[in-house]
Amino acid sequence: MKLRRLISDRLWVAFTFVAVAIAVVPLLSILADVVYQGISSMSLDFFTMLPPPPCSAPSGCAPGGLGNAIQGTIILVALSSVIGIPIGIVSGIYVSEYGNNAYGSSVRFLGDVLAGIPSIVTGVLVYLLIVIPLRGYSATAGGIALGSMMIPIVSNTSAEALKTVPNSIREASQALGIRKWRTSLLIVSHAKRSIATACLLAIARITGETAPLILSAGISQLWFSGLNNPLASLTFYIYYFATSPYANWKALAWGAAFVLIVIVLGINMGVRLITRSKEYQS
Amino acid sequence: MRTSRADTLFRYLTIAVATTVIALFAIYFVELLNGSSLTLSEGFFFILSSTWTDVVFGVYPMLWGSLVTSGIALCVGVPISIGVAVFLSEISRGRLRSSLGFLVEMLAAVPSVVYGLWGLFVMAPALSTYVYPSLEQYLGFIPIFNCPDKFVPCFFTGVSVMTAGIILAIMIIPIIAAISRDALLAVPHSQREAAYALGATRSEAISMSVLSYARSGIIAAVFLGFARAFGETMAVVMLIGNERVVSISLFNPGYTLASLIANEFSEASSPIAVSALIEAGLVLLIVAILTSFAGRLMIRRFLKSREAASYI
Repeated sequence: MKLRRLISDRLWVAFTFVAVAIAVVPLLSILADVVYQGISSMSLDFFTMLPPPPCSAPSGCAPGGLGNAIQGTIILVALSSVIGIPIGIVSGIYVSEYGNNAYGSSVRFLGDVLAGIPSIVTGVLVYLLIVIPLRGYSATAGGIALGSMMIPIVSNTSAEALKTVPNSIREASQALGIRKWRTSLLIVSHAKRSIATACLLAIARITGETAPLILSAGISQLWFSGLNNPLASLTFYIYYFATSPYANWKALAWGAAFVLIVIVLGINMGVRLITRSKEYQS
Repeated sequence: MRTSRADTLFRYLTIAVATTVIALFAIYFVELLNGSSLTLSEGFFFILSSTWTDVVFGVYPMLWGSLVTSGIALCVGVPISIGVAVFLSEISRGRLRSSLGFLVEMLAAVPSVVYGLWGLFVMAPALSTYVYPSLEQYLGFIPIFNCPDKFVPCFFTGVSVMTAGIILAIMIIPIIAAISRDALLAVPHSQREAAYALGATRSEAISMSVLSYARSGIIAAVFLGFARAFGETMAVVMLIGNERVVSISLFNPGYTLASLIANEFSEASSPIAVSALIEAGLVLLIVAILTSFAGRLMIRRFLKSREAASYI
């Protein structure tokens, strides 16, 4: 009896070890493959040139890169931040400072639900609302699609950041006769570091989105040429080139994945390191 | 307290901006209902049709594909996630715990198109070379592991419903593990101490008092993992083969609702085809909202029960 219990105890622990191994191996494999295959595509050409024509010959392919996709991703992130971050933060201020009522909690709850809507559905919505009236895929539509995904994320995370500011600061501010709206702004400046963190994480999340872009920004072989034209992006090019049969395109897909992973995981790691070192100080 | 005009103005400004969140939620419904009116007027049961021609657009095969791939993802992913969560909260300590937690969070941050790329060129070939042949050989008597055609290896390219389900499992593990870990960490220490005081071993304490206490939190995590798997697009569209077939064998290619929209929306020729694709989006929207409602309600319930316990 005792032995059986001991064995089942050891089996449990062994099971959790195996589970951790199974969960971690894919991450290490993804990182290793993306770095190993991606680094070989890294060159100045990758950042400065337009996509090359397809070619599967072992040598003698025309040089090319994904400069336009990098440019497009930067433009899309900028557009979506301009839309998503201000609206998100102000809505977060409402939820945290004024929203201690049914309306406030429903904004919070629906924000959570919105953040869980599949991103392809956002693509369909933007297609109906923006792409059809503008008669075609455009950078504007891409920015709106990603921006609308940022709003609920930024709203809820910045509301959480604001709620961690101790109430004594609100009370002290009002005791000094400072008006409520200035008090709110004071609270925002008090939580500015964690709000900035929340925005950075939202940007990292948006940078990796592909599905909504298929139905909004589309894809372009050229450099950015205006907000009303289709726009290239790193993520769409990864999908487009990975599913193509050409060797040089597949190599570029790995290169694009490398750049994307460096950006996305770089932001995530940086944020974690900063918040951790701050925890140590306090 | 005195309120000035500036105060009122600022309050209304924040209310107006916060209303965009609620408006956005409403716009999803209005637009998707409007856009799919052509097929909705035929009755919601168009989804039960399995044919997809120039006049009939049934999404039954894709609904089936979405359910089967998310089902595989849960079957594979949930036990592993719970193991990871238990390891992170009950077994590991100190530096190992924090660095593993960090790795799991990084796994959640990898963009889905990168999972698709890695799945297509690394995981699918590896599975079809090392795993699928022996699965077929030893478990082939079960229809789901059977090759329909004995002479052509059905896992030749590795692109199949099974492969899509496994990549989804890898993608939902960090989500379910992270939420379950938080639920386990929220279990009061008195629960563990009570079990140990009764002479329980560590595994008995975990399974009897910790896991059962955190049950609703873990179920919420599973709901949210399912929601993610059901709506995931890019990794699936790259790995499932995109064929409108309903087959019992998991080694066959298939299709899901999300990958259908991604693959065919821009090429849809007729208004009725566009309408059918939008209705597929409506199904995705409704499933996502229902699962996330259910998940959040479970989390709320879990937190409530914890608060109640802390008063005892």
